[in-house]
Amino acid sequence: MNKVIEFIQQPWPWWVSGPLIAYVMFSLLYFGKGFGLSTNFKTVCNILGADKLSDFFKFDWRDQIWNLMFIAGAIVGGFIAAHYLTPSQVVDISPKTIADLQAIGIAHPGATYEPPEIFSPENVWSLRSMIFLLLGGFFVGFGTRYANGCTSGHAISGLSNLQKWSLVAVVGFFIGGLAMTHLILPYLMKI
Amino acid sequence: MKYIRFFIMGILFGVILSKSEVISWFRIQEMFRFQSIHMYGVIGTAVITGILVIQFIKRTKMKDAQGQFIQVVEQEPGWPRNILGGTIFGLGWAMTGACPGPLFILVGHQGWVFLIPLVGAVLGTFTYGMLRSKLPH
Repeated sequence: MNKVIEFIQQPWPWWVSGPLIAYVMFSLLYFGKGFGLSTNFKTVCNILGADKLSDFFKFDWRDQIWNLMFIAGAIVGGFIAAHYLTPSQVVDISPKTIADLQAIGIAHPGATYEPPEIFSPENVWSLRSMIFLLLGGFFVGFGTRYANGCTSGHAISGLSNLQKWSLVAVVGFFIGGLAMTHLILPYLMKI
Repeated sequence: MKYIRFFIMGILFGVILSKSEVISWFRIQEMFRFQSIHMYGVIGTAVITGILVIQFIKRTKMKDAQGQFIQVVEQEPGWPRNILGGTIFGLGWAMTGACPGPLFILVGHQGWVFLIPLVGAVLGTFTYGMLRSKLPH
């Protein structure tokens, strides 16, 4: 049993994780549901009363209870992984990424899952962190609803179903991600 | 309780994405700098396996747990919505280092700090809903 836990506690390689994600998608399809995480933001809007302001939010949120249960599980899964299955928080990223990020002001790239310069509770109320977290989150919510899907709906489910428009959306994901990483991020780090 | 299976699948999903470091801001930076196969390997093997799974479902006319034919949703057509929406999401993905699934997982993994981008995402979704009729799709 200890051997099994030690085995699980190592970082999992990509070729284990990818097929397992496809298995999760298949499990949802088998129980009559579609793999789509960003839909939960829309459900929260409905529950908070946005259905009174726009027809876009008019639907029965009870049809999405399964998805809210799924994200509740995902939060618990993250907690279990962090506290019981990950003795080392080091993320073994490429030396080139470490050098690039040190050059823009991140002291120890890969020493933890998240850079403390942005995400630690002491730094989080700074203007810079608010831009990364609140505005970044805003873009995630706005963009996924505009494109009607995120990584789970477009990149995984859509491409698996050979959907042309999902490929277009994924190209968009990279236009935005590359522009932010290479053109804008160095300036945000100077704030 | 019929929802418990989705809760358990969610736990599995959270553990998979945590253990393979997909939720790490550094892994997303590495991806957008093309400096490792890691994220491309995760998404690539998920899609290749997914294609096989969906082809199998379609060719065998597989039924779901309730005995209905499994329907795989077709995505919405349109250049502006997919390119512009995708680009806006991509900006946010590189900033938060997380797409929607990982944003939830990170609340359990890292703590309350990740409630802030979730609030932002709900505000963004709400704003889209209010502006929708004025945007090109």
